Amino acid sequence: MKVTRALRKLRGSIHPQYFKGLTADAPITTMPAPAKLFVSMAQHLGAPAKPIVAKGDIVVQGQCIAEAAGFISAPVHAPASGKVLEVDTAPTPAGTMAPRIIIETDPQNTETQTLPPMPEWQKQPRETLLARIAEAGIAGMGGAGFPTRVKLSPPADKPIDTLIINGAECEPYLTADHRLMVEHSAGIVNGIRIICHLLEVKHVHVAIEENKPSAIEAMQQALEQLDGVEASVCILPTEYPQGAEKQQISMTTGREVPSGGLPMDVGCVVENVGTVLAVANAILEGLPLTHRVTTVTGHIVQTPQNVLAPIGTTYADLVAFCGGLTNPAAKVISGGPMMGMAQPSLEGSTTKTSSGLVFLEERRVHVYRSLPCIGCGRCIEACPMDLIPAAISYTVEGGDYDKAEALNILDCIECGCCAFVCPASRPLVQHFKLAKPKIIVKRRQAAAAKGTA
Amino acid sequence: MLTILLTAGVIGGIAVLCASALALAAHCFAVYEDPRVGELEKCLPGVNCGACGYAGCSDYAKAIVAEEAGIDRCAPGGNDVLEALAAATGAAATTLEKMVALVHCNGTAENAKHRHAYNGIMDCQAAHQLAGGDMTCNYGCLGYGSCARVCPVDAIEINKNLAIVHPDLCIGCKACVASCPRNLISMVPASKKIHVLCSSADKGPIAKKACNVACIGCRICAKLDGDAFTMDGFLAKRNYDNDVTNPAVIEKCPGKCIVDTAPAPPAQPTEGQHA
Ligand code: SF4
Ligand code: SF4
Ligand code: SF4
Ligand code: SF4
Repeated sequence: MKVTRALRKLRGSIHPQYFKGLTADAPITTMPAPAKLFVSMAQHLGAPAKPIVAKGDIVVQGQCIAEAAGFISAPVHAPASGKVLEVDTAPTPAGTMAPRIIIETDPQNTETQTLPPMPEWQKQPRETLLARIAEAGIAGMGGAGFPTRVKLSPPADKPIDTLIINGAECEPYLTADHRLMVEHSAGIVNGIRIICHLLEVKHVHVAIEENKPSAIEAMQQALEQLDGVEASVCILPTEYPQGAEKQQISMTTGREVPSGGLPMDVGCVVENVGTVLAVANAILEGLPLTHRVTTVTGHIVQTPQNVLAPIGTTYADLVAFCGGLTNPAAKVISGGPMMGMAQPSLEGSTTKTSSGLVFLEERRVHVYRSLPCIGCGRCIEACPMDLIPAAISYTVEGGDYDKAEALNILDCIECGCCAFVCPASRPLVQHFKLAKPKIIVKRRQAAAAKGTA
Repeated sequence: MLTILLTAGVIGGIAVLCASALALAAHCFAVYEDPRVGELEKCLPGVNCGACGYAGCSDYAKAIVAEEAGIDRCAPGGNDVLEALAAATGAAATTLEKMVALVHCNGTAENAKHRHAYNGIMDCQAAHQLAGGDMTCNYGCLGYGSCARVCPVDAIEINKNLAIVHPDLCIGCKACVASCPRNLISMVPASKKIHVLCSSADKGPIAKKACNVACIGCRICAKLDGDAFTMDGFLAKRNYDNDVTNPAVIEKCPGKCIVDTAPAPPAQPTEGQHA
């Protein structure tokens, strides 16, 4: 077992206030299923799942209630037993409409349904294991929600030699991954073993920021149990956005993912610790992904803590479980404060990617008035992807998307460092989030036109 | 004296040389343009709006001459242009129904409720990307004017957070239709004045909670005048093939979302606001 240090410093980065102490030392608590669950079908990247239950159906925990709609998609399972109240549509955080299943839970019904466990998984063919990961509905739990099965089946011309386990958790406030590493290190190592077997890799780096000494220690001890591969805990300096995929690859292996490329182009696969644990649970115990740990935090939450809750729990139920609020919230963010989404109400519910729920009081919420760029260049210094945020934002504002594309807007990881430092409070990231999908659609149309011509 | 003559001679010589080079080039590299293109271009209105699907009026004229396109594609020109084009090309003239854009929403600041404060870019797509917009209604007009910005003739006005197309100004180019992230704009015959100004697919109680003038899916309009109104789930749709034969629907609609825009073109109903 080796302990290594990051190979270099992040190019651009910021040092926000972290406030992780609110929840870092509290053990994960388990929340019983609330009266109603609102389970979205768009919890992962790709096509929303297709509901296969109807109003009035009785479902049991772990039963598949929606199937994957295509290769880049994932099925959804009932997070608790009960009755389907309604199958309707609701807006996703990105504004599109997606189907949603509302379940009235039944505390009397303790039945659960699992897939057959595979204790002898080493003897199973690769395809069976991958099919199980898909069947369990696992999607990247770090935030992007990319279906894990797809990530673990790289094409044959992209050999993978390194697995990176992302335990950086660089977002302020969030400690869900930290607590998972402290409390479930053995399970995470089981997952690492399975993924190493699937990808046939020999090197594993578990990347953790140095502000989590207890996680570093726990993972170090647990990794002793892993043989046959060269594993190390890589201690990263505490900087944002240390947890970004491309940054982690460069920190741990020194490789640079080319512009427009993917981790597999440099022989790496990066998986979040939560995802790895979900893989272990799906294979060893046959558990589909129905629960996740969410950090419910903020200075105005009565008892901020990490809660293991059924997916589909509303934000209102989550905060009620944590004792409610001591003062009114001015802003509620799903995810971390840097990359998360502000929520219009507490009616929203958790998904497979809900890493946190942050409540901010009036004093911490500033309503900025955005001013013209003063040309200070601070965003350029802060950008970890070496972009020129100021210039890209003018091109987007002017509607010149071709120029924005030439300025590599598609390499932007939407980390928010540029907007964080901008003294003119320009909504830089919002411009990029607006333009990127349009540029991708245009590219696709151009490619399709070329294909038919 | 000699200097002056010499200078004049040299400059004059250069002038003659260049002129003959230009004349030669004009002769050798002359581009033949079909005279019919110019003729047709004169018939077109010259707004270069792109409604015909070509880069501009001149491109469309070329396409007609090349027989790639019919003569009925110029929406802004209407019947006058169609007749002129028919006369110039000798093709048979049909009549065009004048189509104008309509925003199928009446969620003004007074009618529709707001769900949260939005402090971002003043662009409908940007606002829509954040949790589906700041309106309680997930379908209605956000009022950040993305459509108004693309209209080549400024026919769209944002009034009290609602986009309104002025039918007299609209040239029917359809540029606004694609610009709306909520898909609220479609083209309707200019002669039809009674519309369903709502796009909410939500059930009655939910739609009503979000907006005072929402369609609640009660089917009364479809019962009273089934030729002009049809139901699509919980939303009434206007069938523009038929005229409204029973104007009582306007009064009877409990959602107050059927509106006659005839009296004053950018009409806003006043009933809904006070009821
Ligand atoms: S959001 Fe994009 S442009 Fe801004 S700092 Fe991050 S990577 Fe750079
Ligand atoms: S940080 Fe803001 S003000 Fe400074 S250059 Fe970048 S966009 Fe302009
Ligand atoms: S309102 Fe729409 S269709 Fe009419 S002219 Fe303007 S952009 Fe074109
Ligand atoms: S009609 Fe559509 S594009 Fe126009 S202001 Fe309303 S929401 Fe925006």
